[in-house]
Amino acid sequence: MKNLDSFLIPPAQAARQHGPNDCIVMSSRVRLARNLRDAAFPTWAKKPERVRILDTILPAVSTLPEMTDSFAEAMDNLTQIDKQILVERHLISREHAAKNIGSGLVLNRAETFCVMINEEDHLRMQALRPGFQIREAWQAIDQLDSLLERKLNYAFDNELGYLTACPTNLGTGIRVSAMLHLPGLVLAEQINPIIQSVNKLGLAVRGLYGEGTEALGNVFQVSNQMTLGESEGVIVERLEKVLAQIIEHEENARQKLLEEKAKVLFNCIGRAYGNLAFAHIISSKETMNQLSLLRLGIDLGLFPGTERALVDELFLITQPAHLQKQLSDKLSAEERDLARADMLRERLKAVPRPAVK
Amino acid sequence: MQCCICKEKPATVHLAQIVGEKMQKLDLCEDCAKAKGVNDPANFAVADLLLGLGASQELDPSASVTEVKCPRCGFSQADFKKSGRLGCPECYVTFAEGLAGLLKSMHKGTRHVGKTPEALRQSRENVDRLKVLQKRLAKAIETEDFETAATVRDEIKAMAAVPAKSR
Repeated sequence: MKNLDSFLIPPAQAARQHGPNDCIVMSSRVRLARNLRDAAFPTWAKKPERVRILDTILPAVSTLPEMTDSFAEAMDNLTQIDKQILVERHLISREHAAKNIGSGLVLNRAETFCVMINEEDHLRMQALRPGFQIREAWQAIDQLDSLLERKLNYAFDNELGYLTACPTNLGTGIRVSAMLHLPGLVLAEQINPIIQSVNKLGLAVRGLYGEGTEALGNVFQVSNQMTLGESEGVIVERLEKVLAQIIEHEENARQKLLEEKAKVLFNCIGRAYGNLAFAHIISSKETMNQLSLLRLGIDLGLFPGTERALVDELFLITQPAHLQKQLSDKLSAEERDLARADMLRERLKAVPRPAVK
Repeated sequence: MQCCICKEKPATVHLAQIVGEKMQKLDLCEDCAKAKGVNDPANFAVADLLLGLGASQELDPSASVTEVKCPRCGFSQADFKKSGRLGCPECYVTFAEGLAGLLKSMHKGTRHVGKTPEALRQSRENVDRLKVLQKRLAKAIETEDFETAATVRDEIKAMAAVPAKSR
């Protein structure tokens, strides 16, 4: 069995992957839900059937040319910390992290494809890209799916399309999503009307870890909700248009804050810098929220010589599982808050104070 | 015995149907039976009544109604209400009636548009084409355009001669 820790791209390197508009769009993802024709869905199937499904799908996926030298493993072979690390990296869902026997995962070297087996559906395959690249992600996963359909017997109906465990995913089984960093809209108090108008277009806005989670660190996920009655191309195009508009609103909000509320803005960013650079006890939640403001400060040019990648790396390595992996998995929450503050003080030593004009 | 729909008048129409291994029973008063169109019991599917979302909400679960279960996986409508997930691909057929309304409210349309597995694309296109031709044939007959009708009929015949790939 491969060691997940040595397989994953090191955080410092992962934070340096660039894509278009990545100061606002942190990453793009397209996921397809697929099921085998002759089996019960994972939530209803009994353990032996789930194991049989996993034994059919896992080799089929891991032998695809795109998945050469991949990390292919049954979920029960992963430790709790490993699963949590995969969640913090946005490679698997929180629901999938709770799975054990009869569920699995195939992740390629470049971390551009991650296939969850027996999550809510037999197959949840995702293509991931840094920055604003949902079209590229769709093309990539479309190709992977076309190769896989030759090896597996998909449940497909002429009227209803790809059949899924939950009727909300029926048809195309597609979810197109982008992770957006929107501190400008949050500070300008424009985020709620934006969310409402995006919702009106039939799109969902969720928090950092998807369904039912908080928008920690001003990070929001925007995705389609409807999957039946529209083609994948139409869905991708609508998302592209809406995301382009959100990007523009965020840019405008930042510009306006600089022009009209510069003191408030510098106050927020300066305090965030102070908290992160000098704290001795800091929670994961506070860290994310303050790092978001530091990231904004870097984007606005208040920290010349400091790369955005530093913040993105810290965003990852200060989260509970990553922290425990680096130090010790026996740390209590209180001990982690101390260790996290130590790490932040050390890493921010080299960052000079914000250069406010 | 009371009518299981209006729960007021006495039930005079009694329906029983065996689906798979399960028996479904309904006891209706004359008015409700008429309202539900139960005039010809031979032509009437109890499942239609049970699974129409509106109807199922009206039904008292304690009434003498045995639940519909998916013949493939044994999943029931109560399981769906609990989890919001279905049991297996076959459930989409078993619970088609009840799902229709749900899908309409949930999605842009009720018919799949988009990617189709390569192996099924041909048969899907044939089905679509056949539907179009049949519509054209009906219209041609209606307008007494028998020349067109004959051509369309020949086209349909030609398609039927080529065995469609099974789903």
